[in-house]
Amino acid sequence: MAKNKAPAPPKVQAFADHQVITPPNTLKHAIRRVIDRELDDPVARAEQALANLSGEFKTWMRSECDRLAAAHAAILKKGFDTHTRGELFRAAHDIKGDASTFGFPAAGVAAESLCRILEHAPDLDAVPPDLIQHHIDAIQAIVREHNTIEKAGVANELSARLRAVADDYLTLVNRDRPDHLEMISAPSIVPKE
Amino acid sequence: MFRIDFNKLRFLVCDDNPHMRRILRTLLHSFGAREVYEAEDGATALEMYSHYVPDIVIADWAMPIFDGLELAQMIRQPDSKGNPYAPIIMLTGHSEKRRITMARDAGVTEFLAKPISAKGLYLRIMSVVAHPRPFIKTKNYFGPDRRRNTTVAYIGPERRNGGEAEVLQQPSLLDKARVTG
Repeated sequence: MAKNKAPAPPKVQAFADHQVITPPNTLKHAIRRVIDRELDDPVARAEQALANLSGEFKTWMRSECDRLAAAHAAILKKGFDTHTRGELFRAAHDIKGDASTFGFPAAGVAAESLCRILEHAPDLDAVPPDLIQHHIDAIQAIVREHNTIEKAGVANELSARLRAVADDYLTLVNRDRPDHLEMISAPSIVPKE
Repeated sequence: MFRIDFNKLRFLVCDDNPHMRRILRTLLHSFGAREVYEAEDGATALEMYSHYVPDIVIADWAMPIFDGLELAQMIRQPDSKGNPYAPIIMLTGHSEKRRITMARDAGVTEFLAKPISAKGLYLRIMSVVAHPRPFIKTKNYFGPDRRRNTTVAYIGPERRNGGEAEVLQQPSLLDKARVTG
């Protein structure tokens, strides 16, 4: 919040090749001791607010899909360059990050697979166009047909198959790039649900 | 037991995705925050950082113009006129270990992998408010102390000389990222 006076200067300890700087804790005024079992639970309140917002998630997810499709259409028209690749990557990357929150986890898995192709394929122009197209189509189908295919487990199966095909491709084209191979095979830090 | 008075904190949220900004705003307001400023790219965020002097920055990684990593590097300029010490929470869809290392080396304070949860965000904010870390300035690094624990088994080169390490014991960023919530 607005500071009425300048904070105290940081405490500096100098050593041979580094300094340890301890800035004044300007945030400690926001810490408050409370009695145990205080009724107010900010996390529960925020979860409820998120639940109240969830009615909009399907619309949001559709607009994310539209953005993905537009980015892909630009690539089909202009080819890969820094801008078009960046737009497609960010669109897929946002779906990867948001899809679980919005209730479409399988779309997130397919989007992550697409991100990995865009990040680790040594030559994007050499990537089979169908491989990218199938990812785009799958994400759109998972969102569009959410109520039917999610229930039947088709969405998860579709995403898993796409990921397997993409991983096989990336392993093949990166066989002489050990750094990329290591990144491709590294486990995700995000825990499985 | 401690709680945070969020209404005493000023936040800057930087994410190019309007839906994620809406979610972050909703969560922060639900926690009790009143002052939440939003930027949709790194350049705007840097300008707002100077103007509004936020207490805490929450930044996405992948953004146009310049990304969250570059934003962190620009904020962490030890000789800048602005505040180079504000906690930066990196919120990202990236889920690889090397990304955490990159974020840490850019001066990021906490790392929160998507999908976002209310509990995960709350715990990161609690961590930066209640347990601020000292800053380290070396020839090629300026940011929060990257040492979060000590081990007698360490056999690599020491990157710092001339003083005993005082370490605030905390889980590593990687361990924190692996915990759900």
